[in-house]
Amino acid sequence: METMTGQPEANVSLSAVEVQRIKADFEILEHQVNGTDVVYLDSGATSQKPRCVYEAEQHYYENANAAVHRGAHTLAVEATEIYEEARETVAKFIGARTNELVWTSNATEALNLISYSISNASLGRGGDAAARFRIGPGDEILTTEIEHHANLIPWQELAFRTGATLRYVPVSEDGSLRYDLIDELVTEKTKLVAFTHVSNVLGTITDTQRFVDAARKVGALTVLDGCQSVPHLPVDVKALDVDFMAFSGHKMLGPTGIGALYGREELLNAMPPFLTGGSMITVVDMEHAEFLPSPQRFEAGTQRIAQTHGLATAVSYLQEIGMDRIAQWEEHLGAMLFDGLSQIEGVRVFGPSDARRIGTVPFEVIGVHPHDVGQYLDSRGIAVRVGHHCAQPLHRALGVTATTRASTYLYNTEDDIQALLDALGSVREYFGV
Amino acid sequence: MNELDQLYQQVILDHSKRRIGSPLVENTEGLLHGESHQHNPICGDQIRVRVELNDQDHFESMSWEGDGCSISMASASVLSEMLPEMTKEEFLDKLEIFREMMRSKGTFEPDEEVLEDAAAFVGVSKFPARVKCAMLAWVAAEAAMFGANK
Repeated sequence: METMTGQPEANVSLSAVEVQRIKADFEILEHQVNGTDVVYLDSGATSQKPRCVYEAEQHYYENANAAVHRGAHTLAVEATEIYEEARETVAKFIGARTNELVWTSNATEALNLISYSISNASLGRGGDAAARFRIGPGDEILTTEIEHHANLIPWQELAFRTGATLRYVPVSEDGSLRYDLIDELVTEKTKLVAFTHVSNVLGTITDTQRFVDAARKVGALTVLDGCQSVPHLPVDVKALDVDFMAFSGHKMLGPTGIGALYGREELLNAMPPFLTGGSMITVVDMEHAEFLPSPQRFEAGTQRIAQTHGLATAVSYLQEIGMDRIAQWEEHLGAMLFDGLSQIEGVRVFGPSDARRIGTVPFEVIGVHPHDVGQYLDSRGIAVRVGHHCAQPLHRALGVTATTRASTYLYNTEDDIQALLDALGSVREYFGV
Repeated sequence: MNELDQLYQQVILDHSKRRIGSPLVENTEGLLHGESHQHNPICGDQIRVRVELNDQDHFESMSWEGDGCSISMASASVLSEMLPEMTKEEFLDKLEIFREMMRSKGTFEPDEEVLEDAAAFVGVSKFPARVKCAMLAWVAAEAAMFGANK
């Protein structure tokens, strides 16, 4: 196996004993749901948090709370240090330079930041330096049919605002991307290519190189949705060679309310800001303002300081265990899920069988609506996601309106997977199918 | 009965399969017709309900087409069975009682004389995430009724 950076794998997977030890760091996983131990298989929606993460937030509030980048008092200095150290930790984690990491409230905001900054550039903001971000009628934005709505709607809206055309790479019947069409779809008209690193529904890992190579040839910007990859795989933005990447803290053991945007330094410093106001300026008069360079340029207003500290603590926790080892464990759980589900009579698994995937697998129990499947599993303490998972176009392409999705993380055991497989064996009987 | 069995009472599971009132029927000449399409954006469930009323404000029929969980489909089936011959006012009264039951978090004691098979949905009220499923057809019928014309 190779990591996402193409380096040979040095370490071995987590062991079952280690996973038990990890699980003990998560208070909530010791709780009972409906009279039984909770089996949490919904980490694709949001992950649980280890004690150290919320203790870090508490520590910040008890010892260092103040506004950052302003004020000369000791607490303000300490808060600023914590805030900027968190940036350094998270930037390093994805192979970025510190000033290439912009804090946002989540990945959705990060993607909208790019969309609106490009709009502003298209209106002439940012001057000549921002010329490469301008798009308009005749230009094209390319995305894919597997995207989460967060990496689709901001581009639809950008197309509406600028007059550009939105196109997409479709999927095959089994949900795999039509890579064979990329070279046809990426043309001189293409200004931006937005695609996900890992499908939030199918759990499949995208061959990012195919998109990056095609985009580079025509000078299009690349935007990667890292929401489902950064928490589960070793990710190095420089090795991936993308221009932008968005990800969320709450899916990677961090608090809610904090996410980040990675952008190449030269791009971020040339791009006009999205949100404007305090803390992002150098000189202001009544007619206009000069903006700071990245990352402050994109961080208007009082920031989420405790949350950045919580996220950095989560990242340190993940690093101590090792992302390559977590990825291997989840690849194992994912295979166990895919194979186990495929073998249950009356269960249909979605997604290509030969793809590399994380521990995320969508399925349907034939004749039983996903909502009812989810309810039945919940009565046995098993938490899964049901619905369209914010990916209606993909579900339409798969010929369904909703699916049930099981998704793992580093704290999931083989017993968790087995509990799901066992419970699914009796669903159809319960509903009289 | 455990909570899951209270939610999925046999009458609900039966109705979810029988789907009384589905599919949609063509409009009858001379009656008032109303139609409403309702969506539950959380899970993608959807239903199209068509109602027919006579000049005396009595329901003549309800027909529907939908895609959704057993609770939402059973609720539409039950309502289709109840609605004919009811007046607008009777429907609105029952809708209010049904809504109150749904908000009761399991404390409501339904009168089967009034709610008929819809009384079986009392177990749903213990599951806040499912209340919308049970309400979908009722909300659609209400909107269809208010929009009804010749």
